[in-house]
Amino acid sequence: MLDLQKYSCLGAALRDALDRFSGETCLIEADREREKTRLTYSDFKDVSLPLARALEDADFDPGDRAAILMTNQSKWLISAYAIFYCGGVLVPLDYKLTAPEQLQLLAHSNAKVLVVEYHLWRAIMQAPEFQNIKTKLVLVTEAPVRADLAGGFRWEDFKRKGAPDFVMRQREDAACIVYSSGTGGRPKGCVLTHENYLEQCRALTAWYPFWPGVRYLSILPTNHAIDFMVGFIGPFVCGACVVHLRTLRPEFVRDAFVRYRITYVALVPMIVKNLERGLRAKFDELPSWKRALLNRTIAINRLLTRKQPRIGLSRALLPQVHRAFGGELLALITGGAFMEPSTMQFFYDLGIPVVNGYGLTEAGTALTLNDLKPFRADTVGKPLPGVELRVLSPNEEGIGEVAARSKTVMSHYLDDAELTLETIVDGWLLTGDLGRFDNSGHLQLFGRKKNMIVTEGGKNIYPEDIETVFDGLPVKEYCVFAANYVWRQKELGQEMLVLVLRLDQNQKFDSALLAELVKRNRQLPDFKRLGGYLVWEKDFPRTASMKIKRLALAEEIRKSIERSAVVAL
Amino acid sequence: MQTAEETLDEILKLAAAHFKVPLEKLHPDNDFFKTLGIDSLQTLDLLTKLENHFRVEIPDYELQGVSDFRTLAGKIQARL
Repeated sequence: MLDLQKYSCLGAALRDALDRFSGETCLIEADREREKTRLTYSDFKDVSLPLARALEDADFDPGDRAAILMTNQSKWLISAYAIFYCGGVLVPLDYKLTAPEQLQLLAHSNAKVLVVEYHLWRAIMQAPEFQNIKTKLVLVTEAPVRADLAGGFRWEDFKRKGAPDFVMRQREDAACIVYSSGTGGRPKGCVLTHENYLEQCRALTAWYPFWPGVRYLSILPTNHAIDFMVGFIGPFVCGACVVHLRTLRPEFVRDAFVRYRITYVALVPMIVKNLERGLRAKFDELPSWKRALLNRTIAINRLLTRKQPRIGLSRALLPQVHRAFGGELLALITGGAFMEPSTMQFFYDLGIPVVNGYGLTEAGTALTLNDLKPFRADTVGKPLPGVELRVLSPNEEGIGEVAARSKTVMSHYLDDAELTLETIVDGWLLTGDLGRFDNSGHLQLFGRKKNMIVTEGGKNIYPEDIETVFDGLPVKEYCVFAANYVWRQKELGQEMLVLVLRLDQNQKFDSALLAELVKRNRQLPDFKRLGGYLVWEKDFPRTASMKIKRLALAEEIRKSIERSAVVAL
Repeated sequence: MQTAEETLDEILKLAAAHFKVPLEKLHPDNDFFKTLGIDSLQTLDLLTKLENHFRVEIPDYELQGVSDFRTLAGKIQARL
């Protein structure tokens, strides 16, 4: 791989990678069973530089921001490289947000350019907020012939001949603005520098290297910190290959493992559990004698790999299982949300290590990772090289808020000095997560100090961000909480959002109100929906400026109502 | 060509069989995540079954935000 210490920016590292690994395959894109694109590093350079030149000619200057709003595909990475080549700052936006939310973040980031897939652009054009869009240049991919692009240009046609000028950036310059949340009013745009990414990449590849021939299956959205690092920067600076799949249908995901002989894949817990369910169903179909034999083989594998993974041995012991994953899988990387230890153990016992880690957008990609020496399903691993972690104000059990100091910690929140000062104190990033270290230096997490949830799909949801959907609800007042914030737990998991309602005097909770609640809830994307509601009998405590005192309210509720009183929605 | 109501009925039958729940438990306007207790990936599994049955192909993005059988039936009907 490239020696990243020598580089001052991502653009320079990627540029050298394209030359150094020119003959290697860098990208494969498949849609269901159809392969659509296959590019070598040399091909990648040939398609991205004309785009960079066209951007430069369109007055896209160093330091300007360009947003990408696309599902996982080759044009995402090609566009990102062209943006870095021009010295631009990349704003990866989440395609799963609603169009008004995307427009809000686009405006907040002040992006001069937007690269967007046609179906997403169509939804944006239909949003009422579209009339206020200020983005100067919009490049739309895969638009049908004669489609109305509302002033946008076809990405496929937006290219110019002639070599673009490469713009060198410094390590402290912003590379990306990544939104960790904030669609409800206070956007949290994490400004991550070139140094953040270069150091994160060095740390990750020190433990889990890529090399030419490695094939990484990109399933997590590329706007997500994990896939951006292990599905783009990491593989590219090592000459490896990224496989994009245009569908998340489990059937085609399973097929891709075999078709492309995948080496690594990063998954959120929801997908890992789906794979587990599929395997268990297959095991259950086996005749009893075969099932007994399988169970015995799994037990032997577990015994022989208890100190460290022995992939070759596991493949020999359980060939059918490993063939179903393509036969070359080295590990499933997981993160972004709580992962049940039993699921990790299930895969490890089959000889497929699950590499569990912990991180947050504010700290790049990962702060800790399991090194598999030995495999541990009960922790989120050890701090990566260069990462300092400490537990603040630990209680008698050693549990306290985890704070991090590292070259991978973001520079600041975009346009929010106050929040930055609250979050990065004396150089330490306050994570809001509660944890402790065990005797072997592994970090164990025990819940959250902050009012938020992380879904199994790896999405951070802040209650404040969804409350606007309930504006005008015919009640006196309401407030949304993360259930685990109100009823503190010593473990992660079982996360849900709860709406607390204060009814008007003499008002009854009737079927009309319930129907309205259900209707509003369904306006939210499925991963943001409330899990239940609760009727509260007192007025909410408020500040002098009439803001709800959320912590005080949560404490009052905790003292007088059990979690089991929450009514499921 | 079959009517939208026929398509909807077929979808409900197929969903009931796929998730092994009684047909009478499913209603057109049900939120299927909640009624069936499934996640978005299990929904995609069902969709693959429906695509094979109706011989249509629907990109993942068209299904984003769809969470009830009636809307789903509309998407399929539009491609029949």
